[in-house]
Amino acid sequence: MRLARGIEAALPPVLALLATAVLFAAFLGLSGTDPRAAYGLIWLGAFGTAFSWQNTLLRAAPLLLTGLCTALPAQLGLVIIGGEGAFVLGALAAAAVGLKLAATGMAPVGIDGAMALAAMAAGGVVIALSGALRHWRGVNETISSLLLAYIAIAVMNQLVEGVLRDPASLNKPSTRALPDALMLGAIPTGSLPISVHVGLLFGLIACLLAYGLIFHTTFGFATRMVGGNLRAARMAGLPVGRLILIVTALGGAAAGLAGMVEVAAVQGAASADIAAGYGFTGILVAFLARQNPLAIIPVAVLLGGIDASGGLLEQRLDLPDATIQVLRGLLFLSLLTVEALQGRLRLAELLRWRRAPAVAQAVNATVSGP
Amino acid sequence: MNAGAALGWWGVPLAVFAGAIRVSTPFLFVSLGEVITEKSGRINLGLEGTLVMGAMAGYAIAYLTLSPWLGVLAAGLAGLALGLLHGGICALPRVNDTAVGIALMLFGTGLAFYLGKPFIAPKAPGLPAIDLGFWSASPQVRAALQINVLFFIGLACAPLLGWGLRHTGIGLTLRMVGESADAARAMGRSPVRVRLLATGFGGCMAGIGGCFLSLGYPGSWNEGLSSGQGITAVALVIFARWRPMACLGASLLFGGAGALGPALQSVGVSGFYHLFNAAPYILTLAILILASRPDRMLGGAPGELSITK
Amino acid sequence: MPAFPSLTRRHLLGGAALAASQGAIGSARAAGKFTVGFIYVGTRNDYGYNQAHAEGAAAVRKMPGVVVVEQERVPETVAVGNAMQGMVQLDGASLLFPTSYGYYDPFVLKAAKADPAVTFLHCGGLWKAGQPLNAHSYFGYIDEAVYLSGVVAAHSSKTRKFGFVAAKPIPQVLRNINAFTLGAQSVQPSITTQVIFTGDWFLPVREAEATNSLADQGCDVITCHVDSPKVVIETAEKRGLFTTGYHTNQMVLAPKGYLTGAEWDWPSLYPRLVRSAMAKQPIPNMLRGGFHSGFVRSSPYNPIVPAAARKQADAIRARFLAGNVAIFKGPIQDNKGSTVIAAGTVLDEHDVTLEQMNYLVAGVAGSVS
Repeated sequence: MRLARGIEAALPPVLALLATAVLFAAFLGLSGTDPRAAYGLIWLGAFGTAFSWQNTLLRAAPLLLTGLCTALPAQLGLVIIGGEGAFVLGALAAAAVGLKLAATGMAPVGIDGAMALAAMAAGGVVIALSGALRHWRGVNETISSLLLAYIAIAVMNQLVEGVLRDPASLNKPSTRALPDALMLGAIPTGSLPISVHVGLLFGLIACLLAYGLIFHTTFGFATRMVGGNLRAARMAGLPVGRLILIVTALGGAAAGLAGMVEVAAVQGAASADIAAGYGFTGILVAFLARQNPLAIIPVAVLLGGIDASGGLLEQRLDLPDATIQVLRGLLFLSLLTVEALQGRLRLAELLRWRRAPAVAQAVNATVSGP
Repeated sequence: MNAGAALGWWGVPLAVFAGAIRVSTPFLFVSLGEVITEKSGRINLGLEGTLVMGAMAGYAIAYLTLSPWLGVLAAGLAGLALGLLHGGICALPRVNDTAVGIALMLFGTGLAFYLGKPFIAPKAPGLPAIDLGFWSASPQVRAALQINVLFFIGLACAPLLGWGLRHTGIGLTLRMVGESADAARAMGRSPVRVRLLATGFGGCMAGIGGCFLSLGYPGSWNEGLSSGQGITAVALVIFARWRPMACLGASLLFGGAGALGPALQSVGVSGFYHLFNAAPYILTLAILILASRPDRMLGGAPGELSITK
Repeated sequence: MPAFPSLTRRHLLGGAALAASQGAIGSARAAGKFTVGFIYVGTRNDYGYNQAHAEGAAAVRKMPGVVVVEQERVPETVAVGNAMQGMVQLDGASLLFPTSYGYYDPFVLKAAKADPAVTFLHCGGLWKAGQPLNAHSYFGYIDEAVYLSGVVAAHSSKTRKFGFVAAKPIPQVLRNINAFTLGAQSVQPSITTQVIFTGDWFLPVREAEATNSLADQGCDVITCHVDSPKVVIETAEKRGLFTTGYHTNQMVLAPKGYLTGAEWDWPSLYPRLVRSAMAKQPIPNMLRGGFHSGFVRSSPYNPIVPAAARKQADAIRARFLAGNVAIFKGPIQDNKGSTVIAAGTVLDEHDVTLEQMNYLVAGVAGSVS
């Protein structure tokens, strides 16, 4: 039974990957590039060497968290695309709080904890605002979250060039640098020649927690009920408004935490470089994972790998840097198409065990609910 | 060289007026197209990608053929293709149109950047402007009234579409499909086909709006050309309550808001320029909040539209 | 941090597939060749900052025994760290040019620590004592060339109002705005400069709007400090204004109004640096230079530039080449009326106080915050 469920859920992404591989090969072939060479390089750049793995995991780390920013509200049937805003505000809050507390002589672990909390609060507030506007004012959350992201980036720039600016950051306006003691370290990997910061662990843990919350608690059940049928949820007496606030805040908190990791493990200070698009890529991650927090993990690694291989395609095959973007777009479109065709062509039926249809239908209903 | 006297503070309203016209055209085309799409009961968030694709295709073809109008045609066709792709995928069962839109946003920009690489450096012939300021002695006024032809086309489209929606059979069918697919089916109309065509039309308009950026103003192709005009225009449709004439007003308002930041700096108001530059986004959000109501559906909203349900 | 030996665990990580693919694709790690990597933050043909570097890379590519690998539009995040490491590990690069200012801290520093055998030549002039010795940072005194642009433009301006479209109020940019204004005022003391900050390095629509606003305020000479001057120069040309360029030569974009421009002379510098690295000759960790050491140059004059302007500019350039002229010599007041460089004080181009410039000189309309 579990296996049938697994196959059922994994089928569309796998078919979509295959379809993408074919389409992308055709695209490359048409533009005069040998697809085999390109696939060889993508493999090499993404997973071919220890260094490639490190590269891939470093890029996947923020995506685990920003993916949750879209995937969690999706359980309620909301489409949030403003994770970038939560990310930059999280980064900003983390830097501000970290620098403030560093002056007090507090223990570094405590400061890092406070930074993470501040980042999660900042990210949570901005996404919860979209959720609240949706619930209490009827403002479309997709558009409001995107507008809030643009506004958040402007606020970040204004602060980083204004009150939070380190006067010594001459030509790259930034906050002061965090003391080294506050910087997050690498995950111990023993003899493996891979060095990835602990932000990756934060992401993995967050995905697991989110999965548990959504699929194994009453709260999660209520959340999915709101997403499945709002009217029924209301009639059942569920506190819809409160659920929306909490779940959107959790999604925003995840993206905010990713911003904290970017400051405390990568950049060392907040500057305009914080807004590098991880929040936007998170949308793609969430949809490819079919909004399932657990599936975000492999999807983030896959997308991180694709990103990591972009440089090689550019250097060795002279392909434009946007090649990776085309590949991502194709992947997204294929997945949506395959998911839809699955119902019509009954591809799943072929693989479905005879006694499992009821379960499969239930799964289908959950996965494609919103 | 024809520089006249400084305008001082009078430069601000002039810049906002001129900016409204210069900057509004992409907003106008994208939002007018999206009105038609949304009236059929479907939302296409992918117009940002379509806009960028139109900008690239228009510029490339104008450069290769030396004809800006063939460029506009190419931009429209590229937009049409992306719109039909959106409509086609959404015609499949159980597809979320918002998700397809986000996917097309990615795909459209990616494809445009990929194919557009060779056209960043060369210079394509631009679209002509009509000189309406011949009467004025002030070079600033004359420059402000050098108005691009595409703006007038957009200007003409707004009332035309408004009238067409209200008074033609096609308009009626479109609105019926948008209000209730079941009712339309009962009347023998195919919602799938109507929506496909409506999304195609929206894509075509967005493509043309995009080529205004590359062939009109600022008038060159590169990867940073659009700063979210396509997606902002989709937001604008909601705030225009699905009325083409209101889209015109909203687009002009947006263009003006975009010109405000630089204009204020040019007369010495220079603090908080990041926030002034974010004015269009703040304005949209504020108006969306004011215009929306929790308890009833937005006036003018098509009944089948997923985002207002 | 360990220096990741590239293929230590290849048996664990699909080494067979890797070996096969490498054979098929042909890595840039060609036998006996010296591989140089260039990383750009934007598009290579932007008529601006990145194109200037790419022109330098093109000059390096022509050198015998050298292979060049390039990657463009690399953001200042882990992406640049990975790009640098990738060029070293997978392409065998032994010399890297990470060309964006923001790459340096922490990414270049970290990569330099991890790979002591690789030489990093970063553009920005940021190296400090105590930082890795295989990290180098260079920058040009381009304000010399900007000053000359101001001198030339002063001869053509009728309204005596100059416009400057700038990205951010940071010292490098302020220094150029001030040099441009001081150059112009050395010819015609009543000239003023209006500044508009766009807020970021590459925002085409806003740059066009800024240019139009400046034109509306009566400016008849426009210049800029943004990553790609293309939009500013083309918009000004449409408004019938004079322009002076920045980063590279933009004459083809504005044949009527483009007077001259301040350019980086990377095609002169980069082959020299690569030659030193190949011969294992020491390269200073901090490299600065102006006209004198071939770091910067001016665009050739437009035919409309009057003879008097050429004569004056050429004379000043000769003094820059000889190294006996300073742009910033007191008394200089800022635009709020306070003295920022006292009478009798001469700050030559190397002076570090110039690197911290946080004011606009008298005659510039605009604010630094």
